[in-house]
Amino acid sequence: MSQTIHTPPPPMSRRQWLMSDRPQSRLQARLGRAYLVWGRFASNRLALAGLAIIVALLVVAALANVLAPHSPVIGDLRNARLLPPGGDYWLGTDDQGRDILSRLIYGSRLTLYVVILVAIIAAPIGLIVGTAAGYAGGWVDSILMRLTDIFLAFPKLILALALVAALGPGIENAVFAIAVTSWPPYARIARAETLTIRNSDYIAAVRLMGASPVRIVLRHIMPLCLSSLIVRVTLDMAGIILIAAGLGFLGLGAQPPLPEWGAMIASGRRFIMDQWWVAAAPGFAILIVSLGFNLLGDGLRDALDPRGNNQ
Amino acid sequence: MLINQLNAKFRLLVGSAALSALVISGVPAWAATPADTLVEAFAIDDVITLDPGEAFELTMGEINGNTYDKLVRLDINDPSKIIPDVAESWTVSDDGLTYTFKLKPGLKFASGNPLTAEDVAYSFERAIKIDKSPAFILTQFGLKPDNVTEKAKATDPSTFVFTVDQPYAPSFVLNCLTSTVASVVDKKLVSQHVVDNDYGNAWMKTNYAGSGPMKIRDWRANEILVLERNDNYHGTKAPLNRVIYRHVKESATQRLLLEKGDIDVARNLEPNDLEQVVKNSDIKTTSAAKGTIYYFSLNQKNANLAKPEVREALKYLVDYDAIGEKLIKGIGEIHQTFLPKGILGELDEKPYSLNVAKAKELLAKAGLKDGFSVTMDVRNGQPVTGIAESVQQTFAQGGVKLEIIPGDGKQTLTKYRARTHDIYIGQWGVDYWDPNSNAETFTSNPDNADTGTNKTLAWRNAWDVPDLTKETKSALLERDTAKRAKTYEDLQKKVLATSPFVLLFQQTEVAGIRSNLKGFKLGPSFDTNYVFTVSK
Amino acid sequence: MTTTETQLEARRSGAWASGLAIAIGRFVLIGAITFLGLLAVTFFIGRVIPIDPALAIVGDRAPAHVVERVREEYGLNLPLYEQFFIYVKGALQGNFGNSVLTSNPVMTDIRRVFPATMELATFGTLIGTLFGVPLGVLAAVKRGSLIDQIVRLIGLIGYSMPIFWLGLLALLVFYAKLGWTSGPGRIDVIYEYTFTPITGFYLLDAVLQGNWDAFWNIFSFIILPASLLGYFSLAYISRMTRSFMLNELEQEYIVAARAKGLSETRIIWAHALRNAAVPLVTVIALSYANLLEGSVLTETVFSWPGLGLYITNSLQNADMNAVLGGTIIIGAVFIAINLLSDLLYQALDPRTRAR
Repeated sequence: MSQTIHTPPPPMSRRQWLMSDRPQSRLQARLGRAYLVWGRFASNRLALAGLAIIVALLVVAALANVLAPHSPVIGDLRNARLLPPGGDYWLGTDDQGRDILSRLIYGSRLTLYVVILVAIIAAPIGLIVGTAAGYAGGWVDSILMRLTDIFLAFPKLILALALVAALGPGIENAVFAIAVTSWPPYARIARAETLTIRNSDYIAAVRLMGASPVRIVLRHIMPLCLSSLIVRVTLDMAGIILIAAGLGFLGLGAQPPLPEWGAMIASGRRFIMDQWWVAAAPGFAILIVSLGFNLLGDGLRDALDPRGNNQ
Repeated sequence: MLINQLNAKFRLLVGSAALSALVISGVPAWAATPADTLVEAFAIDDVITLDPGEAFELTMGEINGNTYDKLVRLDINDPSKIIPDVAESWTVSDDGLTYTFKLKPGLKFASGNPLTAEDVAYSFERAIKIDKSPAFILTQFGLKPDNVTEKAKATDPSTFVFTVDQPYAPSFVLNCLTSTVASVVDKKLVSQHVVDNDYGNAWMKTNYAGSGPMKIRDWRANEILVLERNDNYHGTKAPLNRVIYRHVKESATQRLLLEKGDIDVARNLEPNDLEQVVKNSDIKTTSAAKGTIYYFSLNQKNANLAKPEVREALKYLVDYDAIGEKLIKGIGEIHQTFLPKGILGELDEKPYSLNVAKAKELLAKAGLKDGFSVTMDVRNGQPVTGIAESVQQTFAQGGVKLEIIPGDGKQTLTKYRARTHDIYIGQWGVDYWDPNSNAETFTSNPDNADTGTNKTLAWRNAWDVPDLTKETKSALLERDTAKRAKTYEDLQKKVLATSPFVLLFQQTEVAGIRSNLKGFKLGPSFDTNYVFTVSK
Repeated sequence: MTTTETQLEARRSGAWASGLAIAIGRFVLIGAITFLGLLAVTFFIGRVIPIDPALAIVGDRAPAHVVERVREEYGLNLPLYEQFFIYVKGALQGNFGNSVLTSNPVMTDIRRVFPATMELATFGTLIGTLFGVPLGVLAAVKRGSLIDQIVRLIGLIGYSMPIFWLGLLALLVFYAKLGWTSGPGRIDVIYEYTFTPITGFYLLDAVLQGNWDAFWNIFSFIILPASLLGYFSLAYISRMTRSFMLNELEQEYIVAARAKGLSETRIIWAHALRNAAVPLVTVIALSYANLLEGSVLTETVFSWPGLGLYITNSLQNADMNAVLGGTIIIGAVFIAINLLSDLLYQALDPRTRAR
């Protein structure tokens, strides 16, 4: 502290460079903007906590085979069934004599798998439908938006339920079902953004230069829709986790012996009276991780849209 | 204006807080069940119809046993014997084709209508003509829509004559007549509700027309089924006024309700809950072995599973002991033959146990030293899922990679019946209390083609066994009971050694009951789980 | 008021009314199209399901010829488009076929179970609103403070909570361990004989019959699941309230009101919240619709005999008529609530009205 008072400031600190009013390069401008966003984000303690949770989740998932003390699928039915937390098994064991902690750790991979796959499938579909509808307008817009409305009209969980029932249980089918129910909001957002961008001078200029509609949408409109879409997807991730867990709870998600958290709750439900930890642990895991995504998404939104009127 | 509303809201808020405080402190959230009512928690979601001519589900077997009369019943104390019900006595002609039943005098239905041989004949005719799932139990004696009025007929108001097409073992015929489909229905009452010549089937799905000790007052699917005492019953009247079956699926919930005294009987307790409830001095348990066998079967269309060594090896890759001790303790007993205990011809042999070395040896002999991958269709629910997971682990020890495909009951069943599974795990309950019921399905496969219409378990697993099929058939016409039993023992030994069926255990039905209950006993079959003898 | 002004006013309100009529017409049209799409999607799902519907009807042990006959009786052997046509025709008349599980027409079943779901959702929304609105207002007024952060965290936890899991724990604690509430179910079986449902809203029915014993019994059952759903909707309502209030508090009329020297309480409750109330009504309506859906898992955990449990039960028994009928009804209510809340917004909002 005292040092900074006595030594004169350097000619241009990194901070000043980033905050410069007159950026020298495009890179500097971009970094500057990112710095601003980060500053706002970092001042939000809850958002930082969310980020920490998600980073922790990524680390746990990546290092699952190092971190897990036991096998997640092979248990000791004869000797280690339904043990309470403690000793060799920090969080106890389940009804097949498997270590719950190890199952939670490996389960983080499934959670990430579901979340990421759904995002990869649903977001592009929403983006394509939304930008196409917004840019084309007219009857294309009407048809695509009616289609979106139809899917929006379905209660998400129930549509996913019916779909999984039709396709058969399994984690891939659950992912597909959730993706099918998730894209409509993205389409709406993308369309709204496209409508505001479509008539801008900038797009008009590109159009005058003879760019094809496909190119305009792909190269000029889609990138501009991305930031709001990313925020929305992050915020949705918690919801995706919860629906996946709900499907797992109803026995329609991941197949045994996969350590999917929702399915773990369902199997622990039978022992809730005497061995409450079997169901309690995976529930906490779900709560913490989806809270992490929510905090992160919330923080991101505030940071990107400081006026907070983007509800 | 809004501020007033808001104030009102706040008042409400405070009010509701006070309200919940009241609930918490003052009003008891539960109470003992009424003295004249028996309340059971039971998973009754398999009930889809009340019509005895159509019902074929286990729960309906029990409801029917309490609410309808048949000509004869199983003896609850020795189920290999038959006792009279509405029939007073019966005779079998020397050629073994004609059965004559004499009815008890003065019988009445719950509706007040008299019960005569005319009603019995109508009940048979009706079962044949509506032709629902359980009709085969009667059609296997040669009854058809065009001859039923001749073959099952009332010669006078108290005499019913039943004619069969071959000289079957009398035990077989009488056993079949104890089943639900042979229940006596109230002809006069049913006739008032006939629509489009449906023999009242639409009405009977949700209504009652019987003469048993209890009558069905109300049924709401997946919610509740209420029985009331039938004061017109010909035997000893039930001590209680009513019996309420409340649909509760989860074992843990049933246990809670039982411990709190919200119910008198919990019917679907799982092993871990059973272990806990017996510690409560207000609760005792009762159990009875039932005619349901759990097994998994290997589809012979799968080239690996069709090898005899593989079939045998997989029988050694199941940890029967651990399953028996941990997963089905109290609800089943390890059982490796296809006839359940308590039925004619039963055989108690258990040659298989977990033996990884032997299994590996057999697999190597089959040319599968490095194991193979295979799938198993598993219905959601316990104990099947738990067993499947256990089998998955022991299979892995032998190098067999098992993938579990969970599904709901109808899904796995659809696959099973289309023969597109690899391994199916499930259970088989006897259709009627006779060894032929299981023998026919496990050992008979008259036409193994995909178009085969006789979808026995042997067919479903593409197990083509012409010799066994013949042997099964011969047992049916063996009128010497001892010889008949011998044939079934022989069949069981063959199935044990070579079949694609890995038999796991026989179900024990168990109930947790409040100690103030008197006379609650589970019978040997589902039809003999009597509630009309219970008192408080 | 001068004549011209009156005329202008009349013309404006006339324009508003006809605008509203057009809007209603548009909504009805959109609703109808969406509903048809809903039917198509559910029908498609119902037919690609890898379950033999005929087998689902007659059960495993039925002989082959019985299965075949049922297939014909139910028109399952017709071409798909014909089946769809028959289905839509029936659905438009409120006929979704018979449930295999209950042997009743699906519509009859739904009429019986839907009030249970509505009662639960209504109670839940009530709790959510009663607690959510004040919390949201508080958070907005004390923006950035610790209270704001706490309210935000409460909301986010609500968003992140696996509600079925919380339900299990709540049952464990409040029913099994503490004995404060009743367990799963809706009413004790002992009331089967003293209490007759009229409207299907049991609390209301008990009041109508003056059966207070039954009322408290029902209350002890509903309070737990309703509180859970209430928390879920509180999360949403408090967040939205906060954001609407922040919006209002920035407006000029608030500044003006402050300048006039009105008390802060009055400004917040009488002015800001009053204006925020319009979008809030929409939010509450949407949250209600969400609870109808959220009830699927809650009803499963609490054995609550509502539409959610009906659908999952039917699903497990491959009773597709019932599943599709239930899905369509929830979907239709969803559409209706969405459209209504839009309409309400247009009708109530002074700004849209002026336009």
